[in-house]
Amino acid sequence: MTSAPALELRNVSAAYGRIEVLHNVSFSVPAGCVFALLGSNGAGKSTIHKVASGRLAPTDGCVHVAGIHINGADPDQIARAGVCTIPEGRGIFPNLTVAENLRMMTYAGTVKFKDVEERAFARFPDLAERRKQLAGSLSGGQQQMVAMARALTTEPSLLLLDEISIGLAPLIVGELYELVRQLRDEGISILVVEQFAQTALAIADYAAVISHGTIVAVGQPQDIADEVSAAYLGGVA
Amino acid sequence: MTAFLAYTVIGIATGCIYALTASGLVVTYTTSGIFNFAHGAIGMLMAFTYWQLTVQNGWPQWLALIAVLLVIAPALGALIQRTLMRRLYGASISTTLVITLGLLLAFIGVATVFWDPGEPRSLPEFFAGNRVKVFSIFVSYHQITMITVAVLVAVLLRLFLFRTRIGTAMRAVVDDPELASLNGAAPDRVAMVSWALGAALAGLAGILLAPLVSLDIILLTLLVINGYAAAMVGRLKSLPLTFAGGLALGLAEAHAIGNLPPNILNIAKPALPIFFLYAVLLALPQARLRVGRVVNTHRAPRVASLRESLVAGAGFVAVAAILASVLSPGDLFTAGQGIVFALIMLSLVLLTGYAGQVSLAQMTFVGVGAFAMGKFFGGGSFLGIIAATVLAGIAGAIAALPAIRLQGLYLALSTLAFAQGMSQVFFKNTNVFGFGGRLEVKRPDILGVSFRGDRAFFVLLCVTFALCGIGVLALRRGPFGRRLIAMRESPAACATLGLNLTMTKLAVFSLSSAMAGLAGAFYGGLRGQVGLNDFEMLQSLVLLLLVSVAGINTVTGALMGGLTFGLFPKIQRSLPGIPSLSFLGAGLGAVALGRNPNGWTSDVGPRIARLRKMLRPGDSGTQDGREPEPNVAPAPEAVSSAQR
Repeated sequence: MTSAPALELRNVSAAYGRIEVLHNVSFSVPAGCVFALLGSNGAGKSTIHKVASGRLAPTDGCVHVAGIHINGADPDQIARAGVCTIPEGRGIFPNLTVAENLRMMTYAGTVKFKDVEERAFARFPDLAERRKQLAGSLSGGQQQMVAMARALTTEPSLLLLDEISIGLAPLIVGELYELVRQLRDEGISILVVEQFAQTALAIADYAAVISHGTIVAVGQPQDIADEVSAAYLGGVA
Repeated sequence: MTAFLAYTVIGIATGCIYALTASGLVVTYTTSGIFNFAHGAIGMLMAFTYWQLTVQNGWPQWLALIAVLLVIAPALGALIQRTLMRRLYGASISTTLVITLGLLLAFIGVATVFWDPGEPRSLPEFFAGNRVKVFSIFVSYHQITMITVAVLVAVLLRLFLFRTRIGTAMRAVVDDPELASLNGAAPDRVAMVSWALGAALAGLAGILLAPLVSLDIILLTLLVINGYAAAMVGRLKSLPLTFAGGLALGLAEAHAIGNLPPNILNIAKPALPIFFLYAVLLALPQARLRVGRVVNTHRAPRVASLRESLVAGAGFVAVAAILASVLSPGDLFTAGQGIVFALIMLSLVLLTGYAGQVSLAQMTFVGVGAFAMGKFFGGGSFLGIIAATVLAGIAGAIAALPAIRLQGLYLALSTLAFAQGMSQVFFKNTNVFGFGGRLEVKRPDILGVSFRGDRAFFVLLCVTFALCGIGVLALRRGPFGRRLIAMRESPAACATLGLNLTMTKLAVFSLSSAMAGLAGAFYGGLRGQVGLNDFEMLQSLVLLLLVSVAGINTVTGALMGGLTFGLFPKIQRSLPGIPSLSFLGAGLGAVALGRNPNGWTSDVGPRIARLRKMLRPGDSGTQDGREPEPNVAPAPEAVSSAQR
């Protein structure tokens, strides 16, 4: 592949205060692929997510998005550059209505509010009925639909997903991951951070296993099965 | 009928101004999550600036309006956001209260420096002298302007906040600034727009209101409290309800003027907005306990052991005894005043520092205590001290009881309403402080020992402070203290543990106000007489801010805060160019330091230890690092907050 990777981390370290939680992490997400980042609780997955979206500045190393160095850029600048980040938990504004949540999505780029609504409601008809309802009063699955609508409507070049399955019924998780697959097919590069390894591996083109803030394995899903088990089961390969 | 119509028009016009003020508050609150107590002070500053430009410098009205409303006020709002509010996201309610109250006092202080409060000023009405006959009554163009502007602002605000992208973003930033930035909106810029808009609305209300009352710094600032009531009707969220609230209040006030007999009106008129605010607060539904809300707390200072506090108390009294014999009567009075203030602040350590409840009425309880000491048991009796304590405790319970189910901001506002109501209805009543408004308070005899002399009284003050300090610390170490800390850290977790929040709040309110009442007995004794101006709500604010600056978590903080306040009159005499030094000092101090609830006193211990380390060359410092540093050791509550 000749084009620059959609996301590349080179020797990235990051810390919360004085405690370093990422040590010299390097990997790249090839353009148009789904890359799954796996690991147990506290391994550093969400920290990588934060570094990639500009919410946490790395203490060392560089982060590139489509070949552009983004260290030190604010999250809003990164978002306007075409990176769509859906954070852990429900990425919604609970005290705004569904429509207002959708209106916020127009900040990311040149999409018009009307188009955002049209596309979101076409994919999630449930939301159309609840247009004027406060997003905080929706069910967990519906809230995640509102959050995912941003990925669907803002035409990002890179999508960063953090644990989108948390607290949701398996049926809805399946639906959400089906959407992720579709987005990949449309050419969007995707980094999936997920605790439930099998769910993510099922759609991933590449995967990495992170443990104690260090990448321990990178490769195609079938190549790193052993490392995945080790990461989750504490060294029993 | 004509009279009814006339009062209705006056009521609608005034109500519109209340609505306008309140919408500014609501806009700032919905778009920044911060209740801006300084809103009225910004309005006051802008009205004065407008007066300066038009009346003093002869600018045309339209130019001055553009300069004030479109340039100066938005710039001030943006500056406030940029320098202060930006850092307050996720801060506890008491921190945001202290910072905005600090701004309120600082602005009053700044205004008195530029515009001598003793000089009378007035701002002409818009289109002065022009009026139009509607049915059978005359309506001034100024009144029509007020109504038109308020309606226009209400409609435009509603459209702006709900129909535009920037308006939506303003509200989104309150919900989750990080997510807003992930959407591509820059939270800081959005918040700056909110504050600029809020300040412009405050300025507009100030300029429209000023011609109706005299251009007075305190009066204009406090008139906004009437706006609080309207804002509460809309629960700080709904602009239409806020507007309705403003109108209702304006109409009620105007018709009260029209229909009440003069003797009742004198009391009722100034108190009406306060009762309105109180009534609205009481009608608010119980706030839901928010689970898992993380409040940015600093690590609390270590609590001294019984032995440590006994030794410190004894040392304090010994020093006081020596000082009593060497200080001049003037200095003794200054020091005594400082200790009395420290005692009042100690009551805030218990209430705000430990329990996290904010009271803006502490001086009211001091006043109740002084009243009891002066009136009961012939004055100057030991029983008077007990009466002062008990009566103030009861007053505290009465103040808290109806409002106890409220939390945070609403509770603080209800104490503010209580303080204002008491000052209008109780302290201004001629039966309370007599016709001259001054009540003589004697110093006590205790068990046959007279404490009427300056030196003996000073020692008595210090002993009382030491005993109360030891008591507060003992309380903090015990189960009740743990309950208070738990309630402050996570009311939701307390409720799930079966802790009765209502009783705990009621108990700590009563206890704190009882201590303030005790301080009131001494306050009166120290000064010989007290008057109603001693117990104004603004004094309570100064006290709260000064103890917050010094350290509202510790007895040392209260002592240092009290001594600072006690020294203000002395410093004031040497700085006649700054008429409201206590406001300016407390305000600026709170703005600068109010974010650290442990206050500046918490930095002293570690700094001394560091200095010692530096002064000992060749020492690796490992031993020194373990020396007792009273304010940096981990406290039990740090553990509990980590477990949340």
